[in-house]
Amino acid sequence: MIKEIALIIVSVVFVNNFVLSKFLGLCPFIGVSQRTSSAMGMGMAVTFVMTLASAMTWLVYNYILLPGDTNIVAYIFPSVGESGLIEVLKTISYILVIATLVQLVEMMLRKMVPALYESLGIYLPLITTNCAVLGVALLNTTDSPRELGFLQAIVQGFGAGIGFTVAMLLMSGIRERLALVSIPQPLRGIPIAFICTGLMALAFFGFSGMVQ
Amino acid sequence: MAEQSNLKEFTKGFFLYNPLFVLILGLCPSLAVTTSVKNGMAMGGAATFVLVSSNFIVSLIRPYIPREIRIPCFIVIIASFVTMVELLMKAYLPPELNASLGIFIPLIVVNCIILYRAESFAYKNRLLVSVLDGVGMGLGWALSLCIVSAIREVLGAGTFLGLKVSESYNPASVMIMAPGAFIALGLLLGFFNWQKQRKSEKALKEYRKYD
Repeated sequence: MIKEIALIIVSVVFVNNFVLSKFLGLCPFIGVSQRTSSAMGMGMAVTFVMTLASAMTWLVYNYILLPGDTNIVAYIFPSVGESGLIEVLKTISYILVIATLVQLVEMMLRKMVPALYESLGIYLPLITTNCAVLGVALLNTTDSPRELGFLQAIVQGFGAGIGFTVAMLLMSGIRERLALVSIPQPLRGIPIAFICTGLMALAFFGFSGMVQ
Repeated sequence: MAEQSNLKEFTKGFFLYNPLFVLILGLCPSLAVTTSVKNGMAMGGAATFVLVSSNFIVSLIRPYIPREIRIPCFIVIIASFVTMVELLMKAYLPPELNASLGIFIPLIVVNCIILYRAESFAYKNRLLVSVLDGVGMGLGWALSLCIVSAIREVLGAGTFLGLKVSESYNPASVMIMAPGAFIALGLLLGFFNWQKQRKSEKALKEYRKYD
């Protein structure tokens, strides 16, 4: 059990890093990585929401979308039990769950942990349109190569968030240095950030093959 | 006058406000699916369809959308069209193309371009202009996807649209993998910045001549 969890985390943080090998969550990765402090805040917020979203979308997938006996919609509309709702409601239900979750988390944090709310601040509402969150929900359920249990889905969501944070922190460290050196004028800012990301992705290639 | 501004709304997406190269939006799919020109074109077409339809609907019902909940409304509208596109593509396109686009078709929902155009253009403008803006922006994005994917396919696989480019060229397969995508886009953005700077320097020189 512990071995499996460790395997999922290593796989999703290093081998299949969401940013560097799956191209998910690039907008915040490029947009908020100028300073380490903001990168940390964004990473934490994304990890938090990703973990919760993995849990919620796994429940939605298994108890509302999937055909079969476990489908709770089937008690009211029996035909849903045979056909399921995956094809038609997958995208809409996931994005609504994530948007609601972000909104709820924002309200809860403001009431209960104002300090954390202040530090996450503007990054929270941006997470709704972060494709890494919807991406992890899809990769946990409909587009997963094998069926994941509830705990595995949560661990994968958490690990993906940690992987995102690691990539953000590395990138912000590089960009803080880049601000001080002389770079050809047209490459300054985002272009050089992309080239550095490419080199980082090349370095992360070294991890491939570690986990199947 | 009105016709001219319509034309401007249509063409601005291609060069002046190209979503990928100038506004730097919609990054994830632009890098993930551009391993071959065919994939890039399919993705561009799907996103254009969603963008035009969502701009149309948002502009049509904009008096009835309350300001406070406009973003959830936009997302639901966009998600419905994405579901349609997903089902259509599953029905009419070859399965291997669908497989290579993978989760990036449902991820059109969170493509920043579409939400950005709904929020900043379609919610404020008339129906015809909004649709034209959607077509222009969508095709502009599709065009930039084709540029990125053409570079990556030619360098990384030695083919263009599946046809071999040259017998003697030995493809560098890093270009169709993740690092090549980042480096190719970085250099392309640098190139467009360089063009822009050269143009503004030229304009400055012209201006100084009359000074």
